Amino acid sequence: MEKLSFQFQTNRAAGGDKTKTPKNAIVGVVASGNLEVLIERSPTPGECSFEIATAAHGFGAVWEAVLSDFVSRNTAGGLRISINDGGARPDTVALRLAQAVRLIEEDKA
Amino acid sequence: MTSWYEASARQRIDALADPDSFEEFIGPEEREISPHLALFDLPEQFDDGIVVGRARLSGKPILVAAQEGRFMGGAFGEVHGAKLTGLLRAARQLRCPVAILFDTGGVRLQEANAGEMAIAEIMREIVLARAEDIPVIGLIGGRAGCFGGGGLIAGCCSTLVISEHGRLSVTGPEVIETNRGADEFDSKDRALVWRVTGGKHRYLIGGADLFVEDDGAAFRQAAIEALSRRAALDILVLADEQKRLERRLSRFGAMSEARDIWAALGVSRPEAVPGLATEAFLAEGRHKRENAHDAR
Repeated sequence: MEKLSFQFQTNRAAGGDKTKTPKNAIVGVVASGNLEVLIERSPTPGECSFEIATAAHGFGAVWEAVLSDFVSRNTAGGLRISINDGGARPDTVALRLAQAVRLIEEDKA
Repeated sequence: MTSWYEASARQRIDALADPDSFEEFIGPEEREISPHLALFDLPEQFDDGIVVGRARLSGKPILVAAQEGRFMGGAFGEVHGAKLTGLLRAARQLRCPVAILFDTGGVRLQEANAGEMAIAEIMREIVLARAEDIPVIGLIGGRAGCFGGGGLIAGCCSTLVISEHGRLSVTGPEVIETNRGADEFDSKDRALVWRVTGGKHRYLIGGADLFVEDDGAAFRQAAIEALSRRAALDILVLADEQKRLERRLSRFGAMSEARDIWAALGVSRPEAVPGLATEAFLAEGRHKRENAHDAR
């Protein structure tokens, strides 16, 4: 396993009423070519942090590019994102991240 | 219609339980992961491949465990098993029925001792719960089927629901082939695998109690029916079960092909069984199947 961590600054905090939306969200499963993304709210609205455990070694630069793109396109501030990766392709990673953000911003009440 | 086979563990719970009623125990945010997989440099999953918690089904409380068959084949490891054992203990304390959504190849080989222990503990807890008349039902229709120790646990359940996609056995097709050769059992022959382990055959020989479409709503309806059935496990039930198994062995023990068994049951055109849609299959099989009484 390769462990990676990244922090990004952003002025776009994740949406949703924190009293009504879930405290965390999880999507995906750890399987070949797939990954799970766990999103939790953090106390720092201007920051988005990532912790990744991946079975595919040596792809740190690709991860950084995909995550940077995700942070610039989404409202990712105030989120702590943990990933267990089974060797997913960048497009699958981007899809799961978008699904997870939508889930945590969803008003369940 | 949502396919039970295609759904994830969490999607299956959503399809089974009343809307927004599920509350997870030891969720992924607690990161209660396997203590063994890191030693093998293998990927971990935050829920260790099983989702447990409480919910409501038709307004009534129920405890639910759902295995994720896509993570390590839904296999039982130490934490995975402990979550189900704990849920079954809670069931006795709360006197609350349990639904186990099976999707497993059996014990996780990387944590074999802990996994085998978990299987034994879970079986004991199910027997103890049923001795107190608490239903523990099993739903089988996932990608990984229900094999190995999962098949043993399923055998302890008060009622089993299965779809055509569901497979139920102990030794899985690949394991038989590895140990005895492809002449004994060709695991790549999908039609053979389904004739031997698949939902239709299990239903016809009385290995499962209710047969449903591969659909979330159908599993939910069947679970409601399963919970209304007798759950008690006592000496009379065991004696009936013994008689049932002896009868099954004497009727079918000499047969080596599922179609011969279906013919012996009186099913007309046994060769057509695998192609029958759910309604037509139930119309043909419901009154001819092996288990008409309530031994389970």
